[in-house]
Amino acid sequence: MIRYVYGEDLHKFPRLARTMFEDRAAQFKSRHDWDVSVDEDGLERDEYDHDNPLYIIWQNADGTHGGSLRLMPTMGPTMVNDHFTHLTDGVTIKSPLIWECTRFCLAKGARPGVAAALMLAAGHIMEEFGVEHFVGVIFAHMVRVFRRIGSCPEVLGTVGEGREAISVGLWEFTEDTQRAVAKSAGLSIDLSKRWFEMAFGSTMTTEELAAA
Amino acid sequence: MPQLDALIEQLECAECLDDLQGVIETLRDAFGVDHLIYHWVNSDGDQYGCGTYDMVWVERYIAKGYLRIDPVIVGCYQQFHPVDWKQLDWSSKAARTFMQDAIAHGVGNQGYSIPIRGPNGQFAHFTLSHNCSDEEWEVFKKQHRRDLILIAHSFNQKALEFEPGRKPEAAQPLSPREIEAMTLLASGYNRAQAANSLSISEHTLRVYVESARHKLGAMNTTHAVARALSRGLIVV
Repeated sequence: MIRYVYGEDLHKFPRLARTMFEDRAAQFKSRHDWDVSVDEDGLERDEYDHDNPLYIIWQNADGTHGGSLRLMPTMGPTMVNDHFTHLTDGVTIKSPLIWECTRFCLAKGARPGVAAALMLAAGHIMEEFGVEHFVGVIFAHMVRVFRRIGSCPEVLGTVGEGREAISVGLWEFTEDTQRAVAKSAGLSIDLSKRWFEMAFGSTMTTEELAAA
Repeated sequence: MPQLDALIEQLECAECLDDLQGVIETLRDAFGVDHLIYHWVNSDGDQYGCGTYDMVWVERYIAKGYLRIDPVIVGCYQQFHPVDWKQLDWSSKAARTFMQDAIAHGVGNQGYSIPIRGPNGQFAHFTLSHNCSDEEWEVFKKQHRRDLILIAHSFNQKALEFEPGRKPEAAQPLSPREIEAMTLLASGYNRAQAANSLSISEHTLRVYVESARHKLGAMNTTHAVARALSRGLIVV
């Protein structure tokens, strides 16, 4: 299932959080040798993780992490503005209508639908919270994966080569994208919306509230 | 539809916290809701606010220490997604008593809050409240959400300027790419033509224009172009 968890609430999901930071260490440090810090417990965290970001996490049936991404408002510090403006034609991207998506991570052996499920969930965020664009830092080779699942980013710029190349990409929400990623994820939009409501509260009617 | 360009101008002319009170009353009337409030809370629990609630309610809120019960504060502190009050957790007895008290003081049965995280742990929310049916509230939110999010952040930036001891933030310059995009739009190019001319996609152009709009403190593209022209940032 999909969980949406703010950094401050990760402690409520200890197994999920631990395996997420372990999988990030495996992906970014072990497999790609990024200059990221991994602590003595094998968890990869950076300064933005301390800024109460919002994580979208695929939780496997056994409670472990299957894949995740991290969202931050661009009104505060972001990775793109701090480190990657050479990939955005020098434009500092800052707006209440644009959020940043980083640390897109898939657990080793994650089932094929996980990437699509994460993008489906990210789409609910855009639709429900008035976010018009995501700007993200991704592995360039992931663009192919995103295209295949129906959520292809617009690439603003790329640095590096081969498996290590990094791109800054843009996403926006359309209903076509939503249908495509739902199909790739093998999930119904209704079910994924229920997970969204579980996290953010369903809109009760005022009568229900009064009766509560 | 409120004349937001004019309201933003009024907001930017504010020179002290008292001026913000005038702006928020005008905004409330423009949106046609019962109440509009801006509420700033710092990590020590100090608060500042302006808005249209009855002063009796404001004083009661402070006297009763509702800051520690109010689900908007408790549930949204240091978060950044907008919430309808009906999504918040009202399950505790204290929260329900608070809700009944708020309704009795004319706050309204509907609310929508936009949380804002500012620099150095600053937290504020920009909130509307109203009395209407759930259906009417849904329509209102859908229609105005974008404007409300933009105004909420403009309002917070203005309020930050009045924080004692704070140095004014330098205006962010437009990057060459943003200047090019705005110049083309100002010259009458449509988005497709402007994107084509810059050899970028329309999506990328929209993001650059949005980024420029924010730096110019404008409410929409037309407003942003007008501001860029009047400030001499672009020449056509």
